[in-house]
Amino acid sequence: MQIYLPIAEVSVNAFLLLGLGGIVGILSGMFGVGGGFLMTPLLFFIGIPPAVAVATEANQIVASSFSGVLAHLKRKTVDLKMGTVLLIGGLVGSGLGIVLFNYLKSLGQVELLVQLCYVVFLGMIGTLMFFESLKAIRRAGKAGGTAPPTRRKHNWVHNLPLKMKFRVSGLYISVIPPLMVGVLVGVLAAIMGVGGGFIMVPAMIYLLGMPTKVVVGTSLFQIIFVTAFTTMLHATTNYTVDVVLAVLLLVGGVIGAQIGTRIGVKMKAEQLRILLALMVLAVCGKLAFDLLVQPAELYSLGEGGHS
Amino acid sequence: MIRLFALFILLALPAKAEEIVLGLSRDQVAITATFEGSDILVFGAIKREAPIPDESDLGVIVTVMGPNEPVIVRRKDKRLGIWVNTDEVEVDAAPSFYAVATSAPMREVLKDVEDLRYGITIPRVIRSVGAVVEDSASFTRALIRIRAGEELYQVLEGAVDLEQETLFRTAISLPANLTEGEYEAHIFLTRDGKVIDEYITYIPVRKVGLERWLYNLAHDNAFLYGLMSLAIAIAAGWGASAAFSLLRR
Repeated sequence: MQIYLPIAEVSVNAFLLLGLGGIVGILSGMFGVGGGFLMTPLLFFIGIPPAVAVATEANQIVASSFSGVLAHLKRKTVDLKMGTVLLIGGLVGSGLGIVLFNYLKSLGQVELLVQLCYVVFLGMIGTLMFFESLKAIRRAGKAGGTAPPTRRKHNWVHNLPLKMKFRVSGLYISVIPPLMVGVLVGVLAAIMGVGGGFIMVPAMIYLLGMPTKVVVGTSLFQIIFVTAFTTMLHATTNYTVDVVLAVLLLVGGVIGAQIGTRIGVKMKAEQLRILLALMVLAVCGKLAFDLLVQPAELYSLGEGGHS
Repeated sequence: MIRLFALFILLALPAKAEEIVLGLSRDQVAITATFEGSDILVFGAIKREAPIPDESDLGVIVTVMGPNEPVIVRRKDKRLGIWVNTDEVEVDAAPSFYAVATSAPMREVLKDVEDLRYGITIPRVIRSVGAVVEDSASFTRALIRIRAGEELYQVLEGAVDLEQETLFRTAISLPANLTEGEYEAHIFLTRDGKVIDEYITYIPVRKVGLERWLYNLAHDNAFLYGLMSLAIAIAAGWGASAAFSLLRR
């Protein structure tokens, strides 16, 4: 069934969108990532204008994250205090990101920079997570099935001022690192059209040393508000939020997220992490391939106007 | 005597020997939520006061053109091992949609000078002035190639049925990815490649119903629209969560 999208001004198959939303929703629920880093490129591939894809994706992430965070709140796996600190950073970062995005747009190279951002960040994080989880699984194997409690190393993070107690995470650390993580995620959210979970989850585990159990719920909590803010910015400045597209994606997405959250609970954290790492690397590889290989069509069209 | 003859010719001029009488299968195109593209049937007749001249060849050209918009065409090149946009050309005005249908091969129904004058074939329709990049013609060709691939530019040689040099008809198919606006249907009547009559009519292409309402809201009341989008998102997220916890009970 074809459906015409009023803002994107293209006609696409409704079931294709529902399906995409569903698959990305399952992954989102399993890994606690918004799924934007998968969905945004997928929307480009099916012919949605990039500006609309980025803005609408922000709106869709709100829905799937909200559905996911409710499930986590019930299980009390959300650190609200840590989430709020990350959120403050996120809002600042999102504002900065929009300014940077518009500057790059005026240079006419915004697509390239978005792609490079994807390749660099996904590549780095994917590789890091892959080897970490591999090590964890090997350790678990030697110890006879159960992973030994890892002693958190004392690094520079623990020597900063403005310390605060995060009871749910069992941490007593400075607020500066979580604020910085929040800002970085906010900037990336605005530039890359993603929730930023794929960078926040590893940062929370490896940099802040938060327990894996609360990481997913807390990142979803932060993502909801940052993407809602980004949606409003796009809707009021660029008029590129397509609500029909968003509804189709989120109907599939929220159902997928619920299924994904349940699958995630049944799986071991290490398995979850290695799967996420492989997926991140796959997307990174595809994007890098596109940059390195000569495209079939060297020319592309953009909106004109002398404004 | 000569003056009288001149006056006679002057009076006779407005009445053309052959004129177009036109019909359209629809006088507007409505874009609804399930819009999948649309066919427009253009048909008509040629009105004559005198018998059909048999010495020359009659041709009919039908064009349908969407609103003109400026377009930036960018070209990629290899820099430091990766493919990046390096050059760009701004095309001042290119129609968002353009279809040209003829009753015979283009060379036979239209002379180059007439094409130059009336702007009928696709390269003649696209205006690009002040392009500073070398080889700017290839940018225009790329624009035509890309749009043709999306069925936004169509050349339909021989697609106009011309019967007994009097009745003609053709179908122009509009794809689903249409831009809103006034579409211009332009019919040219040619003899030996020279335009002897032309006829213009307009077909408005508009979003209707929910599509119209959402589009207007998004542009006129962006803040409200943004809030509405968020409310829908949150309601859907909450609804799914509630529905699933009910299912688990």
